[in-house]
Amino acid sequence: MLEAAACENTNHEPLIVAFCCNWCSYAGADGAGTARKTYPANIKIIKVPCSCRVNPLFILRAFLRGADGVILCGCHPGDCHYTSGNYYTRRRMKLLMSMLSFLGIEEGRMRVEWVSAAEGNKFSETMNSFAETIKGLGENVKLRDLRCKK
Amino acid sequence: MQKIGVFVCWCGSNIAATVDVAKVIESVKAIPDVAFAADYRYMCSEGGQELMQNAIREQGLTRVVICACSPRMHEATFRKAAEAAGLNPFLLEIANIREQCSWVHKDKAVATEKAIALAKAAIAKVRFNSPLQAGESEVVKRALVIGGGIAGIQTALDIAEAGYKVDLVEKKPSIGGRMSQLDKTFPTLDCSACILTPKMVDVAAHPNITIYTYSEIEKVSGYVGQFEVDIRKRARSVKADLCTGCGVCQDKCPSRKTPNEFNQGLDNRSAIYITFAQAVPKVPVIDREHCLKFQTGKCGICEKVCPSKAIDYTQEDEIITQKYGAIVLATGFETIDLTKFGEYQYDKSKDVITSLEFERLTNAAGPTEGHLQRMSDGKQPKHIVFVSCVGSRDVSGRGKEYCSKICCMYTAKQAMLTREKYPDTDVTVFYIDVRTPGKGFDEFYRRAVEEYNVHYIKGQVGKILEQGDHLKVYASDALSNTHIALDADMVVLATAIQPSPDAKKLATMLTASIDTNNFFTEAHAKLRPVESPTAGVFLSGVCQGPKDVPETVAQAGAAAVKVLGILSKDKLATNPCVAYCNEKICSGCLACENVCPYGAIAGEERTVINLNGKREQRVVSVVNVALCQGCGACTVACPCGAMDLNGFSNKQITAEVDAIC
Repeated sequence: MLEAAACENTNHEPLIVAFCCNWCSYAGADGAGTARKTYPANIKIIKVPCSCRVNPLFILRAFLRGADGVILCGCHPGDCHYTSGNYYTRRRMKLLMSMLSFLGIEEGRMRVEWVSAAEGNKFSETMNSFAETIKGLGENVKLRDLRCKK
Repeated sequence: MQKIGVFVCWCGSNIAATVDVAKVIESVKAIPDVAFAADYRYMCSEGGQELMQNAIREQGLTRVVICACSPRMHEATFRKAAEAAGLNPFLLEIANIREQCSWVHKDKAVATEKAIALAKAAIAKVRFNSPLQAGESEVVKRALVIGGGIAGIQTALDIAEAGYKVDLVEKKPSIGGRMSQLDKTFPTLDCSACILTPKMVDVAAHPNITIYTYSEIEKVSGYVGQFEVDIRKRARSVKADLCTGCGVCQDKCPSRKTPNEFNQGLDNRSAIYITFAQAVPKVPVIDREHCLKFQTGKCGICEKVCPSKAIDYTQEDEIITQKYGAIVLATGFETIDLTKFGEYQYDKSKDVITSLEFERLTNAAGPTEGHLQRMSDGKQPKHIVFVSCVGSRDVSGRGKEYCSKICCMYTAKQAMLTREKYPDTDVTVFYIDVRTPGKGFDEFYRRAVEEYNVHYIKGQVGKILEQGDHLKVYASDALSNTHIALDADMVVLATAIQPSPDAKKLATMLTASIDTNNFFTEAHAKLRPVESPTAGVFLSGVCQGPKDVPETVAQAGAAAVKVLGILSKDKLATNPCVAYCNEKICSGCLACENVCPYGAIAGEERTVINLNGKREQRVVSVVNVALCQGCGACTVACPCGAMDLNGFSNKQITAEVDAIC
């Protein structure tokens, strides 16, 4: 990780994709907005009905396309609008994360967080801390060549 | 090629001050299939909607993207407007450039760049949107109200009066809730029972209302219009149809050492008991844990003395299954546990009591028949100290961070009533702030100070010590910046309120969300304050947030109106964003069936045309669209990619990812 950061552009502005479930985390992000709780603009939110809608392939796609970090936010365990969707998410993402680290993508680049509709503050804090982690990890160079971008 | 229209809202200065709207327009215009782009000061206004509708008609737009506030705010507004202009409402997407851009980023260049990125993501997605048709589902013309306090009572009455059936479920043996425990109510000083009990009687007598007391919600399934609920009607051990409520059983019961919950444990009750004199229904219940017959097998006195042979020791819990069109949560509150607040000596001294205990002490139907006296020695207190904000507005982590809202007013009421009934009693109130934002509230508080000479001291109580037969109260006086010590015979703690512990359990059962303090969350804090985010589930009373009686009654009526909005329809439009299966590539493995939380997917043998264009007979997954709620769990479980979700298809989400990255 240190090596990668050392040889890359240290001014790299990371690109972060945040998948947010409609019922809790997307509403939490709206709450952060209403309360004017800032977080870095390089985080772009994609709305999904439930965190369990997020196919691990979407996350791999994001990494392949050049995302430096991907965060998936859903309702707290036990509070899922669809009763059990976030339990599927928890298990699927556990598997995905172990695969990512097997592939050599640093563990910190993918995160799962539970943010409720009432937790605007938490949403903002989570995004700030994740952005800081990704900034520390630097550019996601592992998949750069697969991107075929100049 | 699509003809996409993009509309960028200024939202006054909410968006335009941080996002360079003209630049967004310029960027999206450069996209080949964007046929039209315009900005407007308020897109949600009539003029904004017309701008969009005219463009749809005149430019022949096939897709629309609105860059504005959160879709949670106005997606429905814009989709309705698009539909009126002849565009399928599901061919419209929102880019959230207010809550998730202009409100959270300060730098204009950065925010503009992000707004462009979000607009491009929405454009990328909308290209893959398909026209969808909402289905219909039947509405069961019956409502369920959970909680029988003033909130639940009012909601039930309002629904019943409009001509619909209501079931009112209460956990305790009688309806009435917290309000039935209160003595007088501020700011009018009406007797609480006098205004509540007639409503309780109305509920009991109403032909459209069925009351289930001593009952709890066991299971909830279904969805708006079609909820199916199991209610556990606990065994009272008394046959309600035979009992006359004469009360002989509780007079003769030999087991009399159970703390009386209705009197906040200030006195004891018998094992077979009627909660209070005006209880509805006036049918006793046997507390089996404390009943000698149930614990030792000996006794049976109540059965012998009952003149109407209503006692039934063999009664068992009953499960009632019923279907409802809508559900109202009215689960109320309790006071917080004070064990973490050792400085007030609440657990040690009998003369340090909570405000709710004070209500029972001053109530004519209470343990002292309304005579204000100390629980330690029965003497009438001459010096009373009231302490505000006990556990409220507490950032130390011991209490609650929020304001409990009702304490300032009931403390003024209790202080005033004490001075009125016992003019020789000296009354002091310690407060952080006195908050009186209600009709007639500040006038009421000023009366307490000016007419009744209640001493209000701005300051916090740090410590209370027992000294002989009285209490020493150590406090700060913030205005004179001094420490003071007062002698008191009784201390009353205005204890913070918190949602009933059942709220969390019910939130899980109903998938209604709760906040960090376990209050139910409303669908929108300002525009949908009595609706939960789950369709068909509504909120009434303190379960949504602290409020007083008039506010509770107002909200209860509002919740009832929302319920009527559902019950008055024969059919409801269903969400068309449901899963669908591409039978061509479905292998029939049924992995999707296993993960579906709603049992909406089943394997079915069908004749399908395979990828080679050949007909074949095989098992494929079939989605029951009436049951599917659109979570998308199946789409990820499907190994062939045959399962997809309307509105959030694989292509739509991937297009968004690609646009962003």
